[in-house]
Amino acid sequence: MTSNLQLNAEGKLKHFLTIEGLNKSLLTEILDIAESFIGMNDQQIKKVPLLRGKTIVNLFFENSTRTRTTFELAAKRLSADVLSMSISTSSTSKGESLLDTIRNLEAMFVDMFVVRHAISGAAHFIAQQTAPHISVINAGDGQHAHPTQAMLDMFTIRQIKKGFSNLRVAIIGDILHSRVARSQIQALNILGAAEVRVIAPKTLLPAHVESLGVNVSHNLTAGLKDIDVIIMLRLQKERMTSALLPSESEYFKCFGLTEDKLKIAKPDAIVMHPGPINRGVEIDSKVADGPQSVILKQVSNGIAIRMAIMAMAMQKQGAV
Amino acid sequence: MSQIHIKQGRIIDPANKIDRIGCVYIADGKIISVTNEPAGFKPDTVINAHNQIVCPGFIDLSTRLREPGQSRKATFKSETVAAASGGITTLCLQPDTSPVIDTQAVAELVKELAEKAGYPQIYPIAALTRKLEGTELSSMLSLKQAGCIAVGSANQPVRNLLILRRAMEYAASHDLLVMFRPNDYWLGNNGCAHEGSVATRYGLPGIPEEAETIALAQCLELVELTGCRVHFGQLSCKRSVIKIYQAKKYGLKVSADVAIHQLHLTENDIIPFDSSYHVLPPLRTEADMQYLRQGLTSGTLNSICSDHQPHDLDAKLGAFPETEPGVSSLETLLPLMLKLVAQNAITLEQGIACLSENPARVLGIKSGALTVGYAADVCIFDPELEWQVNSDNWKSQGVNTPFWGQTLKGRVTQTLQGGKIIHCLE
Repeated sequence: MTSNLQLNAEGKLKHFLTIEGLNKSLLTEILDIAESFIGMNDQQIKKVPLLRGKTIVNLFFENSTRTRTTFELAAKRLSADVLSMSISTSSTSKGESLLDTIRNLEAMFVDMFVVRHAISGAAHFIAQQTAPHISVINAGDGQHAHPTQAMLDMFTIRQIKKGFSNLRVAIIGDILHSRVARSQIQALNILGAAEVRVIAPKTLLPAHVESLGVNVSHNLTAGLKDIDVIIMLRLQKERMTSALLPSESEYFKCFGLTEDKLKIAKPDAIVMHPGPINRGVEIDSKVADGPQSVILKQVSNGIAIRMAIMAMAMQKQGAV
Repeated sequence: MSQIHIKQGRIIDPANKIDRIGCVYIADGKIISVTNEPAGFKPDTVINAHNQIVCPGFIDLSTRLREPGQSRKATFKSETVAAASGGITTLCLQPDTSPVIDTQAVAELVKELAEKAGYPQIYPIAALTRKLEGTELSSMLSLKQAGCIAVGSANQPVRNLLILRRAMEYAASHDLLVMFRPNDYWLGNNGCAHEGSVATRYGLPGIPEEAETIALAQCLELVELTGCRVHFGQLSCKRSVIKIYQAKKYGLKVSADVAIHQLHLTENDIIPFDSSYHVLPPLRTEADMQYLRQGLTSGTLNSICSDHQPHDLDAKLGAFPETEPGVSSLETLLPLMLKLVAQNAITLEQGIACLSENPARVLGIKSGALTVGYAADVCIFDPELEWQVNSDNWKSQGVNTPFWGQTLKGRVTQTLQGGKIIHCLE
């Protein structure tokens, strides 16, 4: 099981590849440690020496701005030496295999890989193959998992809603292709949310989606009733060309979050989005920039949560 | 030529309804008698088969030996040794070699490589369409004359039904068997795992069972239209078994097989991302696996194939969707069949028939039985002998098996092909 690979013999985090298989107390520990880092954002010197002398390599086989930047900042605030590589433009275009890339970087004495890859299972594969002293953090693999994003979302929810047990959470949009949604669903279920609901047309839902532990709705108006937390997902343009949807405008009409639709949810509902947002496609600008939106808070929290996870994964090497 | 006496084994020969302790007598490469010693028989070789089972050599309806084209993965030499050690005496070779088996020259090359490897009974399956591209018919008659036993499309579906119709009509005109793995290209959508809860949880591109059942239903309609003989290979799901059952009941001349791993493994085995379980068609649910087993019991599926696909190590090293599908499976075929018997899914006689008599019928060849006058293709195995799947015992160049490290029961001790001993367990 993945969980065995992620945890060391003492049950501590070694890699962070997926939410699956982690228990509530470990997820809560991540949130608590992140909490202790959050105050640092306002300090004059935004640095702690926890990972001084450690080398972290951000291996991004797929483009990303936000995730890569927050990982880089998180590593720097922990005083690690950090190197960010966009692999799509270097080795693999020369025909080097994923494994060869990893072996070469290992030979440069790194301590941690932060991996973003377009194929499901890539981070897991690297964790399996890499030298035992190296930790692997999954920064998003294919359609499988994006566990640090899910944890920063949990952090943001806990910050505002104080807990999970009474919460009804709706995740809206392209669940089929979303690694974020898969990790969020797992985290919400482990942390004990009252309900996780997915709202999407059938073309954007994976087979047997209920087996993930969610209720399903194909109608935004009906689906938003009693909801405390609304999570919107980004809609990729290619979904139209692959006949999953007819048009952006029809999608917006059915599943776009507008001020009117937002009123159906609970009055104190919060609106989240993992970014980058498509204004006027899945979300109206007035909602994205409105008082119930916590989208930018999510981004800020991303640094603290990634610091917490990196520090915990390095525990075995004497950090924290 | 030499005379061989196989002594006092338990002879199981489903085609001749034999299951008793006795002897098999071989002369000049042929079976000359079963049980009764022929007059003046003076054996050069005596094989003591006491406590062992003597049965027809196995016939494998779907294998890949990687030559021509991919000898870094495997060669005729390495894989025929593996086949012999698994009791297999006849191999059908899928046409997706490089170059594709779509010309007489390539078919002849295959026969030549087989002769050179000292294992002549390799039957190429010719490509149904040129380069397996699904646009132009291959020269099926010439390919038949060059030794191809059937025509097929390997793992590459013929996307255009008009082309498929014409290919089947043309094959029927020359009385050629079509071997077909039903798989709709579009519904398959480049997936790598069964479209079910496991693929959903792990974000793996899914292949719905309808990719198989719809292609199967279409082809069954074309069987009726064209009168073509079709054998469906490597079926993977319950509803395919039902469709074959109904088609046979309706009177269509069709048959079907299942790959041995589909009878033991399910989608859950790939958790979390184990590439040794990456196969096509994908491993499906427990219910599908149970139904495939029932299909064998009832005779709806009449053969078990190895679907042998040896790979080099690199092919399986990567993120799951990027790895190459397939299992190296010649050597685990017998023990895994015996496991079905031990689990009461099928009888031993049925299991042996699925590996010998029935595939021989599918191909229309005089083999798969210990009939007097037939070539002496014989497998002698110890059903109780345990062995570990490890590098000491493994012969195939491909070590891509999910059973690596496991201890399996049942091992071939001797294999005879045309009266020649091609394997003898040390």
